[in-house]
Amino acid sequence: MDTLNQKRIDLIFSNYTTSRYQVLERSLQRPPEDIINELMDAGLKGRGNVGFPTGMKWKFAKREESAEKYVICNANESETGTFKDREILERVPRKVLSGMAICGYCTGAKKGIIYLRYEYAYLKEQLQNELNIFHEHIKKFNLDFAIEIFLGGGSYVSGEESALIESMEGKRAEPRNKPPYPVISGLYGLPTVVNNVETFATAQVICAIGAEEFLKLGTVYSPGSKLFSISGDTIKPGIHELELGTTIEEVVNEFGDKNTKSVQVGGASGFCIPHRLFAETVIGYEGLTTGGSMIFFNNTRSMYKVLHEYLRFFAEESCGLCTPCRIGTQQLLLGIEAIKRGDRPAGYMDVLKKLALNMKTSAKCGLGQSVANPFISILENFKEEILY
Amino acid sequence: MSENKSLIQEFVRVHGCGRNNLLPLLQEIVHQENFLSEEAVQAVADTLQIPASEVYGTATFYNYLDTEARGKYVIRLCRNISCMMQSQAEIVSAISLFLKIKVGETTSDKKFSLLQANCLGWCHKAPAMMINNEVYTELTPQKAVQIIKEYKEK
Repeated sequence: MDTLNQKRIDLIFSNYTTSRYQVLERSLQRPPEDIINELMDAGLKGRGNVGFPTGMKWKFAKREESAEKYVICNANESETGTFKDREILERVPRKVLSGMAICGYCTGAKKGIIYLRYEYAYLKEQLQNELNIFHEHIKKFNLDFAIEIFLGGGSYVSGEESALIESMEGKRAEPRNKPPYPVISGLYGLPTVVNNVETFATAQVICAIGAEEFLKLGTVYSPGSKLFSISGDTIKPGIHELELGTTIEEVVNEFGDKNTKSVQVGGASGFCIPHRLFAETVIGYEGLTTGGSMIFFNNTRSMYKVLHEYLRFFAEESCGLCTPCRIGTQQLLLGIEAIKRGDRPAGYMDVLKKLALNMKTSAKCGLGQSVANPFISILENFKEEILY
Repeated sequence: MSENKSLIQEFVRVHGCGRNNLLPLLQEIVHQENFLSEEAVQAVADTLQIPASEVYGTATFYNYLDTEARGKYVIRLCRNISCMMQSQAEIVSAISLFLKIKVGETTSDKKFSLLQANCLGWCHKAPAMMINNEVYTELTPQKAVQIIKEYKEK
């Protein structure tokens, strides 16, 4: 227990009231290259789910020669079991706005947009009030940067960066083919940095404490800490900041209800980790990369129901654009139902597994590609529960 | 229909008629009229000079842009795994019984619609629901019905 307590961190939510845009003001005195290098030294990677190096993304956008560029904050937090971005926007919005402004300063973008998921519409007013204060400060700092809020329409796939951009252009949130990546051709075809809420907040934190301090946390491959959204069969549901490199076993010891059978890491698109793999599974870029959703299941839960719910979710949220995802999600759902009813033999699981793997390579975006993650990890570890 | 038109024209006057304003405009109409009627979709298409099929196609993509008539208060119960594990189904039954409607239906007085939604982002305080833009968490069947009762009296 003691070892885990040392891993509890408080960077994202701490030092808030005392530092009203001071970090931003200080950062604007530094050359942009300096800040970008510091983020790269700190090894900051995207805190959404994908984990692309943030400094590199900013560097690519900076390199683009364009009079107009955009900075977009991805607040379409729709992964099941995730709620940390909402909490960040509610409790420490200045850190996010500062992170966006620093990004604007580094890349030469003058416009920032927060893509706020519709489910968080209740936050819009208080966020707008903070934006008004922010814009006053920005004026004093002589930085040409303005942020507005764009309210999403309610769709999971809008969290995919190119789908998010389509949505802001007034279209169906269907992912684009990549390349070109948004840093080259994003919103209205202009260079665009899209980062998750927590990524901007963490960038601000790194600017505040320095890369050296940040590197004291985590591991060589996964420096720093991040927020985890803990729910399900847990004694401490809520948001907890943990050092990266923590094992599932440590997390289960701290948050589980002593009866934990498995943990779903990364939401519907993540992996199901069974009891026997708790000790060896590391949370971090060397192990499981995650946006921070952790759902605990104890011995009373049916993993068939869990898998069924995830597949229903995917079938509903698939944008329908590419065939592997549109048809695949539906067939996987029908498939496990047929096995459960006994209409298909146990061997049919292998056919479904092949389909899921096929989606991993042939689906157009992360949604369809990641269906195999929960599907195969649940199927392989809880085969009996799916069958009987 | 004329109400739609004046609302749309006022919006365009303030925000412009670029395609990027399509979602905010549709949201405004849903906010005022609880859903997007066929007439509203056509009027938006005419004003923004884009095909009605594009407007309809975009609207139907998003969960919070309803093209079906809804009640004044739209109840959306989170149905994802964490809420499911905290007996979300009991909340659905309790509200369903109280309002005498099934999921997907609207009360005859057009006051309430009952829907299920994907993750609302309150898994640590499950089960959760939204009524229009308001969020309610840590529900019990009794608590949920009490909240609806208060809306009923509004």
